[in-house]
Amino acid sequence: MTARPQDAALRRGRRAARLRRAVTGWGFVSPFTILFAVFMAGPVLISLAMSFTDMRSADVRDPLGVNFVGLDQYAKVFGDPLFLKASGNTAFFVLVGVPLTMAAGLAVALGLNSGLTRFKTVFRVGYYLPVVTSIVAVSVVWRFLLQPDTGLVNGLLGLVGVDGPNWLDDENLSLPSLVVMAAWRNLGFQMVIFLAGLQAIPANLYEAARLDGASRRQQFRHVTLPMLRPTMLFVAVITTISYLQFFEESYVMTQGGPLNSTLSVSFHVFKQFGFGNYGYASAMSYVLFVAIVALSLLWFRLLKRKDQ
Amino acid sequence: MSAVTTVDSPAKRRPRDRVAKLVLHAVLAVGLLVMVGPFLWMLLSSFKSEGEIREVPPTWWPRRLTIGNYADLFDRLDFPAYFTNSVVVATAVTAGNLVLCSAAGYALAKMRFPGRGTLLGLVLGTVMVPGMVTFVPLFVLVSKMGLTNTFAGLILPFLVGAFGVFFMRQFIQSIPDELIESARIDGAGEVRIFWRIILPLCRPALATLGILTFLGSWNNFLWPLVIATTEDKYTLPVALALYSVGQNETDYGLLLAGSVVVVVPVLVVFILLQRHFVRGIATTGLK
Repeated sequence: MTARPQDAALRRGRRAARLRRAVTGWGFVSPFTILFAVFMAGPVLISLAMSFTDMRSADVRDPLGVNFVGLDQYAKVFGDPLFLKASGNTAFFVLVGVPLTMAAGLAVALGLNSGLTRFKTVFRVGYYLPVVTSIVAVSVVWRFLLQPDTGLVNGLLGLVGVDGPNWLDDENLSLPSLVVMAAWRNLGFQMVIFLAGLQAIPANLYEAARLDGASRRQQFRHVTLPMLRPTMLFVAVITTISYLQFFEESYVMTQGGPLNSTLSVSFHVFKQFGFGNYGYASAMSYVLFVAIVALSLLWFRLLKRKDQ
Repeated sequence: MSAVTTVDSPAKRRPRDRVAKLVLHAVLAVGLLVMVGPFLWMLLSSFKSEGEIREVPPTWWPRRLTIGNYADLFDRLDFPAYFTNSVVVATAVTAGNLVLCSAAGYALAKMRFPGRGTLLGLVLGTVMVPGMVTFVPLFVLVSKMGLTNTFAGLILPFLVGAFGVFFMRQFIQSIPDELIESARIDGAGEVRIFWRIILPLCRPALATLGILTFLGSWNNFLWPLVIATTEDKYTLPVALALYSVGQNETDYGLLLAGSVVVVVPVLVVFILLQRHFVRGIATTGLK
């Protein structure tokens, strides 16, 4: 009872301290939070709202012209033959591109990690180079290299007697060409992550496996691959997220052609944005968003550790 | 050095291993050529005449060196201006990310305040949002603010990023609390602690984040393509993209020289700083 005034003072002090902590904390995060809210979180919500309306570019000046249309835009998305075409192309890009890039990145990482390699830094820097370069510049170069008669690729094929095709103008070859180019451009990133993952595997695991008489192949299957699972999960998720949004390659290499054979979902959204169909473009982008979340969850299910 | 070496070291000098070593190096070298070859060809060809670039079969070494393609970048296009714009935008974006993301990262890692968990969850939640989701509202917003075709319009949307905050938070978490506590006992305020203790310790993380952000901004072209509407605001990739997808199919030499200008500064920076780079990316991947 007699301690009451002190208690109150203590409580007041604590409250003041808590307030001070809140003020300092928010002081540090508020510049970030404001910019983040305005330019990231806000647009995510606005886009969702837009996807339930018939908003077009003309409505920006006169917001009263916007009508709520419920799920109409989403219904339109799934009835749009170009969207279905673009989804097919994007699915191909992901289904072929992700395993191809991961296999290539892992192969290079294993090669560099095998302990036999000299010039490790040269190799590592060289394989990583395409990752840091501008896609626009890369595409200028690759359009030259892939040209039917003056390109280096067909020139090299000519040396071994193969008559190289017109890579980018052939409806059946344009998308696979872009997939290979994307793998070429991104495998360096995968390599770096895989290298870090490989180096984190304790050496005594290999020693124990060898004492048990495991061959190199068995060591790879029963030590390397299981220990690499978390790294693989990370790489698979990151690559899937980025490949599902593939767009720039096709924008600068083929403009979505020929005959929409390289039109991706993101590209289609961008085109609809260009036509001023804001509501429709937003609905389509949300469909892509859902696909990204779903596929990432799928990877987690497939690759998460068995014992968890 | 690595696990496999220790396992195989007793047998290292066997002839079979020497062959394996040779084959491995050969395969890796061919791969390296595939990775780097296109850039070498680009560099060499940018010094060729228009006629030689189109020759069948294609040549590697220029028969006659010419800097005509580079002169064209100045005479027929305003490449110095695009270059300056790219530098201005990338520098501002990088500076903003370094300061604002590390400040927020510090608070999220080392302070307890209401709303902290929510904010962190919100930031992480946006990682999977595709760029196209925010593209349309962002464009509307920036035009409403009257920032189309301004540097502010090019810079503001990229001034902070979810990745930067997450990355800095992860790094700052590894700094021991005692260091911060003892500074507090010595009477240092939070700003002082951040500036004098946290930031200097974050140098390696700041280097990685700085390089990644700068490169991302330097290579970014979709946003500037839409926002920069007159030539005086073009960044390098925008100029190159517009020039290469337009009807200027004939100017091969010019395009290649332009690509060299976009790529070479980045390559030089990357090769000089590759240590920071590779280490930083590897650690983000594992945490």
